Amino acid sequence: MPLLEVKNLRTYFHTRNGVVRAVDGVSFEIEKGQTLGIVGESGSGKSVTCYSMLGLIPQPPGRIESGEAIFDGVDLLKAKPAELRQIRGKRIAMIFQDPMTSLNPYMRVEDQLIEPLLIHQKIERKRAVELGVQALQDVGIQDAANRIRSYPHEFSGGMRQRVMIAMALITKPDLLIADEPTTALDVTVQAQIIELVKRMQAERGMAVIWISHDLGVVAGLCQRVNVMYAGRVVESGPTASIFRTPQHPYNRALQKSIPALQPKGAELYTIAGMPPDVSKPFVGCPFAPRCEFAQEVCRGPVELKPGDSGQATACVRVQNGELKL
Amino acid sequence: MTQTPSMTDATIAANTAEPGASLWHDAWLRLRKNKLAVFGGGALIVITLFCLVGPWFSPYTYEQQDFAQYAKAPSAKHWFGTDKLGRDQMTRLMHGGRISLGVGICATLVSLTIGVLYGAMAGFFGGKTDAAMMRIVDILYALPFTVFVILLMVVFGQKIVLLFVAIGAVEWLTMARIVRGQVQSLRKQEFIEAALALGLSQRRIILRHMIPNVLGPVAVYTTLTIPAVMLLEAFLSFLGLGVQPPMSSWGTMIKDGAELMEEFPWLLMIPAAFFSLTLFSLNFLGDGLRDALDVRTSKD
Repeated sequence: MPLLEVKNLRTYFHTRNGVVRAVDGVSFEIEKGQTLGIVGESGSGKSVTCYSMLGLIPQPPGRIESGEAIFDGVDLLKAKPAELRQIRGKRIAMIFQDPMTSLNPYMRVEDQLIEPLLIHQKIERKRAVELGVQALQDVGIQDAANRIRSYPHEFSGGMRQRVMIAMALITKPDLLIADEPTTALDVTVQAQIIELVKRMQAERGMAVIWISHDLGVVAGLCQRVNVMYAGRVVESGPTASIFRTPQHPYNRALQKSIPALQPKGAELYTIAGMPPDVSKPFVGCPFAPRCEFAQEVCRGPVELKPGDSGQATACVRVQNGELKL
Repeated sequence: MTQTPSMTDATIAANTAEPGASLWHDAWLRLRKNKLAVFGGGALIVITLFCLVGPWFSPYTYEQQDFAQYAKAPSAKHWFGTDKLGRDQMTRLMHGGRISLGVGICATLVSLTIGVLYGAMAGFFGGKTDAAMMRIVDILYALPFTVFVILLMVVFGQKIVLLFVAIGAVEWLTMARIVRGQVQSLRKQEFIEAALALGLSQRRIILRHMIPNVLGPVAVYTTLTIPAVMLLEAFLSFLGLGVQPPMSSWGTMIKDGAELMEEFPWLLMIPAAFFSLTLFSLNFLGDGLRDALDVRTSKD
């Protein structure tokens, strides 16, 4: 049984300008100890997918229209708030994009760090502080016993992200959701943070969902990858085949637009056009208007279906075997 | 009963901070370094002690009239002079201070507690809850204050306590609006989202994460509320709804003094000096508190 199984998740935002279909029928699963990457451009619904599972979508305007997210036998989407709080922060932890704003500026790191322990495990404060110091050491913060008494502003960005990771991992969760945790950090710090998460994962055997638009990071870290576009998963499969044998035209275009893989001096490849306005209803493939292979058949309904190359693709023409690499 | 604003804030601290209360300890250390704030706090302590303890050592009472000593200038016998009924002005000033400071503290406490909690809740929950809660505030805002107070007095009788309640009941509205606005902008900050993701209860988030973050503006507004409340008291007393003669308050003394300032200037100047000194001290202290409560301003 997978650790987390998401089925047909739809999260819509009911705004004044219409219904924004931020997540429109997303399904995936993740096994214990596995790393799943979710890639896609801004606004493709990566974060909203994860926020929905944790009940962090502001409602209204957000509404989870349908779907299930079964975590260890509990449907997160139908769980009561109190029930969800028992899972959030204890069994599923999350780290955020911007470490500069993810810590409360008015609380010492100590108090924030041990908060999950105090509320979830009801242990004594003194013992919690010891565990907090230990957790800071584990994420590579030197002189942790003193640093734990500092305020967030006394840490650098990379250090704060370490604190966030320590805080997320302090309750030994089964699943860590990392929402673009390295986007706000510079490259050397990025590498350290990725190594850190890898190491923690190896030590504790937790599953990780890594949300990113950095394909390189995902390629190096994840076992499976979901490629999202306009609120849907357009391709899903093992990392190697997603990157080596992209099937969906969107994924192909994505791979082609990685600057590092293009010859020096050549004009950078871009995908023409803009992502669709997800507040306007449409049937068929959301990528069709920008797709060089689009045909009449692409206007019809399309579903994610497993293909022969080991990955599932939501492209009618690929499924019909019309598009070969 | 001495450091008015820090006392009022301490009540929030009791709600928000758990053992350790490091924010308050740090704030205290920083506050001590601020000379103006220390001066303000010191002056408030002295004034309060003067008003509280003073009357016990005074040979006069606030209502004792001596027509032989009609409107005398300050002298060895009457340090602050006498008013036109021959009452000792220093004793009246002390008694008046008790009322004025008492109103200031009580009404501010009421407004602080209700306003901060109400505003934080409205701002945090947002949506329809927020709309409903803030419409109530708007309605209360629209009630003419004087009518409201008269109504209270008519229904419950004329008691000083009611004066405190009435003023507090009006002053919390602005506090609620300020806190709500602050909380609304905080609500969208990532660390609140992070706190939710950690499985914290809403109650805990409001008390532990939201309120400490809004203390800066709250501290400043509190120190502005106290003088405003003291002025309101003077206004109500003038209408005959507040403190009744022969009792005195600083507000009534200033008002009476103002009528006679050309002949007997000390009747205005002395209470006015006390009033101003109190307000200045409160402002210094409030300013210092705001800086002290902002952990990012000073690095030590």
